[in-house]
Amino acid sequence: MKVPFAGAIDCDLHPAMPGAAALLPYLADYWRDQLVNRHIDKYSFVLTSYPPHSPLSARPDWRQPSGAPAGDLDAIRRHALDPFRSRIGICNVLHGAVALFNEDMAAALCAAVNDWTARELLDREPRLRASILVPTHSPALAVDEIERVAADRRFVQVLLFAMGDMLLGRRLYWPIYAAAEKHGLAIAIHAGSTYRHAPTPSGWPAHRVEDYIAQSTAFESQLLSFLAEGVFQKFPALKLVLSESGVTWLPTLLWRTSKTWRGVRPEVPWIDRPPGEIVREHVRLTLQPLDAPDGETLARTLEHIGSDRMLLFSTDYPHWHFDGDDVLPDGLSAAAVRRLLIDNPLDTYPRLRDGAAMSDNGGQKQEAVR
Amino acid sequence: MNVPLRHAAASAGLTIVDCDIHPAYRTPQDLHPFLPARWREHMTTFGEHLRQGLSGQLAWPRMMAAGMRLDSFPEQGPPGSDLKLMQTQHLDPNGVEYGMLMQLSRGGMEERNLDFAAALSGAVNDWQLEAFVKPEPRLRAGIVVPQEDAAFAVSEIERRADDRRFAQILISPRSSDPLGHRRYWPIYEAAQRCDRPIALHVQGFSGGHASTPSGWPTYYLQEHYAATTGMQNTLTSLVFEGVFERFPGLKVVLIEGGFAWAPALAWRMDKHWERMRQEVPHVKRPPSEYVREHCWFTTQPIEEPETPAHLADIIGWIGWDRLMFSTDYPHWDFDDPQHVFKFQPTEEQKQKIFRDNAKALYGLQ
Repeated sequence: MKVPFAGAIDCDLHPAMPGAAALLPYLADYWRDQLVNRHIDKYSFVLTSYPPHSPLSARPDWRQPSGAPAGDLDAIRRHALDPFRSRIGICNVLHGAVALFNEDMAAALCAAVNDWTARELLDREPRLRASILVPTHSPALAVDEIERVAADRRFVQVLLFAMGDMLLGRRLYWPIYAAAEKHGLAIAIHAGSTYRHAPTPSGWPAHRVEDYIAQSTAFESQLLSFLAEGVFQKFPALKLVLSESGVTWLPTLLWRTSKTWRGVRPEVPWIDRPPGEIVREHVRLTLQPLDAPDGETLARTLEHIGSDRMLLFSTDYPHWHFDGDDVLPDGLSAAAVRRLLIDNPLDTYPRLRDGAAMSDNGGQKQEAVR
Repeated sequence: MNVPLRHAAASAGLTIVDCDIHPAYRTPQDLHPFLPARWREHMTTFGEHLRQGLSGQLAWPRMMAAGMRLDSFPEQGPPGSDLKLMQTQHLDPNGVEYGMLMQLSRGGMEERNLDFAAALSGAVNDWQLEAFVKPEPRLRAGIVVPQEDAAFAVSEIERRADDRRFAQILISPRSSDPLGHRRYWPIYEAAQRCDRPIALHVQGFSGGHASTPSGWPTYYLQEHYAATTGMQNTLTSLVFEGVFERFPGLKVVLIEGGFAWAPALAWRMDKHWERMRQEVPHVKRPPSEYVREHCWFTTQPIEEPETPAHLADIIGWIGWDRLMFSTDYPHWDFDDPQHVFKFQPTEEQKQKIFRDNAKALYGLQ
């Protein structure tokens, strides 16, 4: 079905990422030299998880005659914001800087992407918000980047990826969550892999479609890691957003973890109530792609999930999961639609609730030499 | 304890096929009579060579008694090693008509030395017959194979093919490559030829890859769950590598990996298969159809929704003819047939899950 009224908050948009050359103006001299001398500025930084010509990566009618899908603001407005009458769209720029092994270079490029996002997208389209791209494998530098960008309240969450070096609940990463909680930023885990490990516990699948399907199992592992390590006890105000996860895997996780926890809770004594309750309180999931095949199964699955506060509206633009303007699946009640379009995003993102979010605090461009 | 109650239930006619029972050696020397001298010496001198940091123990210590039911320890040897106790504690009081043995450790499935793996597998298969199946005809063995060496695996399958006391072929889903990979196809061809299901039982040992796409979990709470995600990945591989297209008679039993995830995975595979068909033209039909035709699931450890009836939705989506009861005796998270369902299945549904589905699959009378 179509979005029934104006004012939705789209929690997962993917503007085309800038080529490395476009980032040069946002880099310090040292890194500009490095990129140019080493021809790094000629690289695309495309993540293996999102090959540009794959059917999943862009809907045919959203592809551009020239340039990348979602490659300019007009396209984003015309395809993603206007048809759904969204008042806000949160940009997740899926840039391959996060897959570099060099922590300093990754940090410099993430910072450049964030500054580019602020100047080229947020300054020019007031409906847009964004996520902070961070070098997750270097938590100290990731925290530096959060601290550097956090004053710009148009950044509403920190962007991490579902498959990475280590499970994200581990204590090593906690400074990232402390910084996010302090600044009222949500933590988003988005589909995608840096391929530090095989995508499955039995090795490397042959096909891209298998990798994409395996993303939902990566989300399961990450969510369980957050639970088991006690992240939500340590950071009680933290919201975790699972972006592009598929959603229908969730009931099994709720049931199994709550049951197994009853048997093994002396191992994780900080989990002081059934994990299902903790998940419903702290975790949110973006809508697209939704794996349920029809309205009846979706309605049953939502009943299994047991909460109407967890889903966040998303188009996942320009990824191809639905056709026309029918972004909402059948099987949602009117109340559930209202919640996921507006109320749930506002509950999830404190920064969407403050008036200051609309103001432009550009002109604060800072170049961090690392 | 409540043994008299169970006797009452069994005599009331609720007989079951238990699709997951774990036998054990009293000591590793139990295998010696079935091993050539060269491998007896190797086993004593070098032991197993696995892909993990700790030798002879699990890297995620279990939460009670090494993962065993506290009441399942015989006077001598580990749980599962004393047939008499298995009979009096489980098979008799629970009305077990048939029990499927799942031999996990020292089967050679994860052994890195493939020659040793082959010798171990052959020995373990002989031992299952001598120690359990001959003295207790309710039990059925599984053909343990060193899966990373398909040629030997096939010869071991052929060696056992005429002996119907071997009900199925055991493979670890913690394999070195995803199980749809063509290096494993000769095993599936042999399975189809000798009309035995492939039994995928979750493993405590890995084929060398981390339990999750983001590395190793910290706690047993997580590693226990990794069996569920890994099983989904394995099923995805079998579908998208075209195994079910190539071997239309193949039957796969997914054991101890849960089942509540199966409908959601099937929907997910269908959705993205539709979008990505160009990449996998050898997958001719929606993935959910292959799952429905080729896959069976065992129940333990059964998922327990807060609203018990929700599980009936899941089973309905999978198919009441595709779920088979299992206890996992003597492990700590044993499911008791008297209490396994928190909702009320119909009598017909119960008979299917507790007994008839397994009898039909394994050709049991």
